[in-house]
Formats: sequence, C-alpha cells, structure tokens
Amino acid sequence: MSTVPDDLRYSKEHEWVRADGDVATIGITHFAQEQLGDVVFVELPEKGSTVRQFSSLGVVESVKAASDIYAPLSGEVIERNVKVIEKPELVNTEPYGNGWMIKVRLADKGELNQLLSPSDYRSHIGETAGAGGD
Amino acid sequence: MTTEAPTLRRTPLYERHVALGAKIVPFAGYEMPIQYEGIVAEHRAVRGRAGLFDLSHMGEFFFTGGGARAAVDRLVSSDVAGLASGQARYGLLCNERGTIVDDVIVYRTGEAEYMMVVNAANIAKDRAHVLRHLADEVTFGDRSTGTALVAIQGPRAAAILETTTKDAVGSLPSFGVTGARVAGVQATVARTGYTGEDGFEVFVANADADRVWEALLAAGRDAGIMPIGLGARDTLRLEARFSLYGNEIDETTDPIEAGLGWTCKLDKEFVGRDQIDAKKAQGPRRKIAGLVVDGGVARHGHEVTSAGEVVGRVTSGTYGPTVEKNIALAYVPTALSKVGTALAVRIRGRDVPATVVKTPFFRRPE
Repeated sequence: MSTVPDDLRYSKEHEWVRADGDVATIGITHFAQEQLGDVVFVELPEKGSTVRQFSSLGVVESVKAASDIYAPLSGEVIERNVKVIEKPELVNTEPYGNGWMIKVRLADKGELNQLLSPSDYRSHIGETAGAGGD
Repeated sequence: MTTEAPTLRRTPLYERHVALGAKIVPFAGYEMPIQYEGIVAEHRAVRGRAGLFDLSHMGEFFFTGGGARAAVDRLVSSDVAGLASGQARYGLLCNERGTIVDDVIVYRTGEAEYMMVVNAANIAKDRAHVLRHLADEVTFGDRSTGTALVAIQGPRAAAILETTTKDAVGSLPSFGVTGARVAGVQATVARTGYTGEDGFEVFVANADADRVWEALLAAGRDAGIMPIGLGARDTLRLEARFSLYGNEIDETTDPIEAGLGWTCKLDKEFVGRDQIDAKKAQGPRRKIAGLVVDGGVARHGHEVTSAGEVVGRVTSGTYGPTVEKNIALAYVPTALSKVGTALAVRIRGRDVPATVVKTPFFRRPE
C-alpha cells in the first residue's frame, strides 16, 4: 500500500479526499494514523449535517490522546462510515479503504484547489517524492 | 521570557530503545520509551505472553543498620516491621497532614537492610521527606542514579527468566525478593510488578543493565516477548486498578478516599497515622470509583457529572485493550460511588454515560 496514494488530494492537517463528481469521500492519512497510534474511538457528524472547510468535523481517539479531524472541504454529510465507528481500528489498518470517515456533497468544487497534491503532501510530511509503500 | 528546558537524563538502556524503534518522550526528567510496536500490541503481549520494561528511572533508597527496621516502619503506612528477610510489601509515605507523599514498595533484602523503590518524579522530594523523619542508628543511601531496573511481566515471565539464571527464582512467592545471578551479573530479583500479571523486577548496577536486557529479550524471543513502553505500562496498571502518583494520589489526597486504607496499619506509629485514623473514623466525603464509559474515552481531568451537575473529576482514563472498554478512575462523592451508579463524564462538552463498576477492571485468571 502506498502511504500517499496518487489519486487523492490532501490537507495539511492530514485528511485525504477522494472526489467523484460532486461527492467527496474523506478520511485521515496513513501518516496521521501512524502518529496517533491505535485508534479506539471515532466521533463523526450526523448524516444531513453540514461541515465547513478547515473546521472540525469530528474526533479520533487513540489509546494515547484525542485529536480533531478537520473537514478538508465544505458540504452536506450524505453518509458516515458506520463500520469505522463500530471498528475504529480500521483507521489504522485501512486508512484509505474501509477506514474512511464521511461522504460529503460538495458545496464548492473550487475548494479542491486549496488542497495539496500527492507530491506536495509528501514533502509536507517529509517523505521524498515517489517513496511509496511501507 | 524564555525558560530553558531542563536537561533530560537517559537510562543505561536508552540506545537499546532507539535501536528497537521506540518513540521517546520526556518523562520524570528522563527520555523514556513510550511505545515500540504500539500500545495495544504491547499490552496484549504482557497479558498473553511476556513483556520487558526499562524502569531504570525509578528511585531506589537503601536503609541499613540496627535501626533500619524501626526507621522504615515509621516512614511507611503498611506493616513493614512484619516483613521477614526476603519479603516485600506495598505501602505509602504520608506527611503529617495524613496525605500521600508517594507510594512505594519496601523490600527486606537482608537482616538489617531494606530497599525502598519510589516514583521517579518524586525522588528528590521523597529523599528530603525521609531524611526529615529519619531516626538514629540507620544509614540512608539514595542509589537511584546508579541502579537500573528491568521488569519482565506476563504469564511466560517466570519461564523466560529461569533460562537466564541458575538460581531458583521461579519458586519465589509473590512479593518475594532474593539475590540472584541473572545473565551472569549480580542482581536483586523480586516477584513484583505494576501490570496485574505475574512477573519479576530485576535490579542491577547501571553497567550491567545492557546484559540483562539483551539476555531476557533473547531468551524470550520464541515465547513472544516484546519490549514495552510507558504507554502500555499505563493501560496495564489502570486495568489492574493500581494508583498512579500524580493522578489518583498526591499530597491533596488521603489513603482512605484513594481506596488505599488497606495499606495503613493503624495500630502502629507512622507519619500521618493520627490524621488518617481520624479520616477513617469520619468516613471519606469522596472516593475513587471505577467507571466504564459508553461512547468516548475519559481522560485525566475530565469532569464527572450526575444529572448535569459536576460532582467529580477523572484521575485516569483510557481504552482498556484487554477488557475492551473505555475505563476510568474518578473521585466522586461517597454517596455516588456505589457499584451500578449511573454517572456521566463530560467529554468535549457532552455528558457521556458512565457506570460505576467493580474494580479491578481486569483480574488475572487463577
């Protein structure tokens, strides 16, 4: 598994976005889950609520500490991942797969331009370009 | 204004931790490993197999001479005068107000020799306290900086330790202590720990720490031993409901409300005895309760509420990897400390349901 997949956009606060039309899937990155350690609790917004770009959308708690998750994009929550609430360790084992957090109907696609490309995110976390896999 | 960060010390095993890929954090003035593989994996290794801990930051005080027995007995709340040579006991150092200066284990290592193991963060304070109350005919020595401590804990600890020594450490009873040669070096071996598992604490000179650490790690490889950081040490002790100084107990708490009345032998003389006796007679206004929290992780400092009203505070909280629940200890009014009482913990402004449960949260199967 690549630690920074090439088909996603990233926030500086270590969230990822998979945009598909006007719907975006949001999760936290491999780097973020590694920093957190064992995730034991995830708190996510209700379906139908709205989130605003770069403001807090929820919380992940590891054994060690609680950390905010920030919304990389604004929009209406159309789905939240019930599986990750029931099985928080999915954030550690499949951060880009079954460990996703919410799906949002985008309010403004232009916000995507304010996110980092994979190569920018790699330099943000101090990884050399092209160094995938772990 | 700038304040200079105090220089952190390193235990003799620091390089080993770095080589093992540990995350290092400042703790009690030392650079200590908080985790290697991950807190949950390490926690499960100790419950199911064995774990190795570097606890060299802990303090070791020695009392020798004809007056040693009486001197230690006057300092410590529990019946240390009743210890036979080769036995150890948990107890408290209290001040004249009857509150807790530290929690310690006293080991009678010889006819007229006692070792007291104290918390790393309290070494200087404890030393001053001990010296203030020290009687005659006793020699006191603080060998904290020269002594290393390696603990091996878990159901396979005894079998692993036995392969590194010819001495009969496997037949040591719980809270027994003896001299032994471990990995070819002179050690003091005690069947004590802070995890709720069977296990041993091995005290050696700093220069020998490396040899003991490496030997135990190698001897335990096939049995699945793992090095364990302070993170899992905390989740293990909390499941076993052991107090942590600075969380459950400090100089604002007394042994009765802390649930440590059992460590106080009130029919003997010790510092703080009269005040503790009075507190026991009055009955405590608040008590430590064990909580299971449903829908969030309680942390040190969170408020405890009852019907929306703040009634207490969480002293320690975490996810318990063995009990698979969010567990916490909290001071609550005595009337609200009964098992089954419905309370809440205020987490990020929301009152999350919590129930008072029987402790320890985890008890090792017989």
